[in-house]
Amino acid sequence: MAIQFFIPHQISLEVYRGALDWLMIIAGFTMVLGIGSLIIHHTNKLKHQGEGWGYSVVTLLGLVVMAIAGVRGMGIDTPFMQIFIYAQNPIQATMFSLLAFFIASAAYRAFRARSFVATLLLLAAIIVMIGRVPIGAKIWPPIRDISNWLLDYPNMVAKRAIVLGVGLGMISTALKIILGIERSYLGGGK
Amino acid sequence: MHISSSIGIWIAAFLTLFVYSFLYKDNPFYKFAEHLVIGLSGGYYIVTVWTQILKPKLFTPLLQQGNLILIFPLILGLFMWARFIPKYSWISRWAIAFTLGVGSGISIPSVMQAMIIRQIQATMLPVGFHSYIGWMNLFIIVGVLTSLIYFFFSAEHKGFLGVSAKIGIWFIMIGFGATFGYTVMSRISLLIGRIQFLMTDWLGVLH
Amino acid sequence: MNIYEKMMSIDRRILFVLIALSVIIPLLKPLLLPINVTKEAKHLYEFVDELKPGDVVLLSLDYDPSTMAECHPMALSILRQCFSRGIKVIVTSLARPEGLGTAEMALTQAAKEYRKKNGEDYVFLGYKPNAAAVVLAMGENFRLAFPNDFYGSDLENIPMIKGLKNYKNIRIVVTVSGSAIIDTWVIYAGGRYGVPIGAGVTAVMATDYYKYLQSGQLVGLLGGLKGAAEYEKLIKHPDMATKGMDGQNIAHLMIVFFIIIGNIGYFLGKKAKASKGMGG
Repeated sequence: MAIQFFIPHQISLEVYRGALDWLMIIAGFTMVLGIGSLIIHHTNKLKHQGEGWGYSVVTLLGLVVMAIAGVRGMGIDTPFMQIFIYAQNPIQATMFSLLAFFIASAAYRAFRARSFVATLLLLAAIIVMIGRVPIGAKIWPPIRDISNWLLDYPNMVAKRAIVLGVGLGMISTALKIILGIERSYLGGGK
Repeated sequence: MHISSSIGIWIAAFLTLFVYSFLYKDNPFYKFAEHLVIGLSGGYYIVTVWTQILKPKLFTPLLQQGNLILIFPLILGLFMWARFIPKYSWISRWAIAFTLGVGSGISIPSVMQAMIIRQIQATMLPVGFHSYIGWMNLFIIVGVLTSLIYFFFSAEHKGFLGVSAKIGIWFIMIGFGATFGYTVMSRISLLIGRIQFLMTDWLGVLH
Repeated sequence: MNIYEKMMSIDRRILFVLIALSVIIPLLKPLLLPINVTKEAKHLYEFVDELKPGDVVLLSLDYDPSTMAECHPMALSILRQCFSRGIKVIVTSLARPEGLGTAEMALTQAAKEYRKKNGEDYVFLGYKPNAAAVVLAMGENFRLAFPNDFYGSDLENIPMIKGLKNYKNIRIVVTVSGSAIIDTWVIYAGGRYGVPIGAGVTAVMATDYYKYLQSGQLVGLLGGLKGAAEYEKLIKHPDMATKGMDGQNIAHLMIVFFIIIGNIGYFLGKKAKASKGMGG
């Protein structure tokens, strides 16, 4: 597939398109693995009446209800999408919104200017936090331009260095996989 | 105040409050919501895998359109399911190997082009001492080089290398600081979204 | 117990209440401060604004409920801009399956507002796994990745997509995402097929994409709820993102206050410990 990139011949393109198609299909089977593991775990918990087995009933019921609701399709007016909008969506969104509270607690308890570089980090964070919201310009107008400059130059520079390293790492890992040097993805054993 | 009369909104509001109850302490309402969303997600995935992937990409072309070559990804997909049977889980390595092999091959030229060559090209900038842009271009070049030197661990960071690495870490820390500032913004935004739902859609206090 | 230890022993639930109030009160009593538009948001807006009616945009709504608060307003704004200008939209959702639901919500709302018809003004292709494979497949032919649309209709029977084959027929790909799928679009669609890419990302990811902006691999960038508010201002349709900025203002000040107070306590505590050590 790496060599195919440079060969525009029709056969090469057919192999390329076929490979992409197969990747999507196999990924679909892979997704079933996760669902299967979930069902097996909670069914076992129910069978052995492990701690919190009542919640496993909730999980399995939710799974069955959602799967049955999907029989009538996935459009906006279907039971499936209504359950998604009014049950799954709010819970997932709220779970992640809890992070706002934890970051506030962490800001108070853990973010310390213990060294020069830590102070740099905190200062940059404060400049961006204040400079990128409308109230920053109201408090001190230049902070908006300072935060823009910070993002366009020092931040961009650091992220570029990181992406160069990441890119080289990705290519070397890909080569190691192709050449059989890297086999940890096979899971070990016989 | 115009409280919603929609059952769906009330269910969503109560589930939201169940999750927020965790902030006081872990409790059965939170656990109920947590387990419910896991189950709903599982059911959601089942429906998606069938209607969006397996039916249109595999079974319809294979069984109705006679595209017999799709027997091969079907077999590889079934090999993947061998992971459910510990004695035969080794069979799944064939499917994993195919996926990773194709993925690795595809990625090499594209990653080289987009993440390495284009990025280096964008760093090769004209330097000048008589204009702001000239100075900023020099700043970019120095910044990228010193940051890269910081990540170079094959030689000890002393002398010129040490000074460069020290300057590099300053750039990296500023970058991480900017990321942290934006992370705070992101988390607060998620909270704002839920508060807006409760106050607009449920309680009707905001419009 | 020194002053620092006393400060750190405050119940964290008090901090939670303060943060909640710093969001709720400004939403009830808005400050209505003007929102400044950054150049990266303006570039994206201007690119789309220069398209002609009938041009086609590929909008990939690669977010799910966990990042909906930031991404949904961006998605709505871009859809509104396209629909108001007669630009046709192909919509996909490639990051996670839950993105189908959030994409469907955005598309249905915007289409209703502008009375746009599925199949004529927009097409929702749906979700397929392995984003890199899908992005590459669409570069060859949309039908390779999506034989049907999200609702099950054969792509060959959809009027809008009849003359469209791949990225060569698309003026820009705009991806709205809360994940690193932006890199997938830039590397594979932008790198291999040369289609212009624009991005709307959650704030936590935004700083990572300035490198692509500077290199020209991204046409424009919207970062977080602020980015969404900027786009709402540009399209002259203030909505939830604009209203949310008031909460953002005060909450940020509160977090900065926490950081400063925490550090003051830390240094005072350190000083107290040091003088105790010297005295003892």
